[in-house]
Amino acid sequence: MNRFIVPLAVFVLMVGLLAYGLRLDPKRVPSPLIDKPAPAFTLATLEDPSRKLSTADMAGQVWILNVWASWCVSCRAEHPVIMSLARQNLVPVVGLNYKDQPDDAARWLDQFGNPYATSVVDADGRVGIDWGVYGVPETFIVGADGRIKYKHIGPVTQESLNEKVLPVIRELLG
Amino acid sequence: MKKTLLVIWLAFFCLPSPAAIETFQFDSPQMEADYKQLVEELRCLVCQNQNLAGSDADLARDLRHETYEMLQQGKTKQQVIDFMVARYGEFVLYRPRFETSTYLLWLGPFLLLVVVLVAVVRRMRASARPADVDAATLAEARQLLESDESKQ
Repeated sequence: MNRFIVPLAVFVLMVGLLAYGLRLDPKRVPSPLIDKPAPAFTLATLEDPSRKLSTADMAGQVWILNVWASWCVSCRAEHPVIMSLARQNLVPVVGLNYKDQPDDAARWLDQFGNPYATSVVDADGRVGIDWGVYGVPETFIVGADGRIKYKHIGPVTQESLNEKVLPVIRELLG
Repeated sequence: MKKTLLVIWLAFFCLPSPAAIETFQFDSPQMEADYKQLVEELRCLVCQNQNLAGSDADLARDLRHETYEMLQQGKTKQQVIDFMVARYGEFVLYRPRFETSTYLLWLGPFLLLVVVLVAVVRRMRASARPADVDAATLAEARQLLESDESKQ
């Protein structure tokens, strides 16, 4: 009987580890940017290319950067959730229009509604690289201290908005 | 028949379209070697089981370009790697760094080997050692053997 105990223990351990591994989502790569200063940018706004918005303009307040594009299907799925977030008027939501055509982007906002305080144009995705964006949509919450507090990868759903995004915002607002 | 032949003939022209090949001009063979090594060792985050060199994803193309630009500006390989890790995390490295969080990853196989070796050596020693038998049992065995021989 005793001779089975060790193999059995090893087996149970392995099953446990594999079961844990299966529950992890390999697509969710933890961002190294959490609690780091938000990468600075100065970009032209979508509404008026002659006007620029920079991260310095947002300093001292909690704000959200939502990465979106008109070619991104999940962004369309996420759009109503971002609209409802913006309607709550808790914090300004800035859109980062990632590798998009300005005309397409403007049309997209006209068609579905514009939740963004303003959208900035990252035509070549250079700012996206600085923010570690690897799939659109992504959503960052930046604290009043200018540090990234939370990153959501993929479309924000109503559940993740209620369970994760809003609690983080409320906590930051104090 | 003619139609079939035509279809077969046309099929020869359905070659897979080659992926876009980027042409980068390198200042030195060393830089080219550095570039090649970097894009081999950095992971594409969009298709996670491909490296930057093998991925056709948009982001991979951007990051290849970024790598090239950085080398062109005279940055070292390590600087490029640090740049990527600062943005995308350790996950981009196909060759993980040797640090506290990865000790087990790097040393685990050797640790396992040591454990197995120790177990094997102990088992071999145990079977090689003569069994402990006390004097009384030995005497009894001898007696049994002798009585067995006397019968024959």
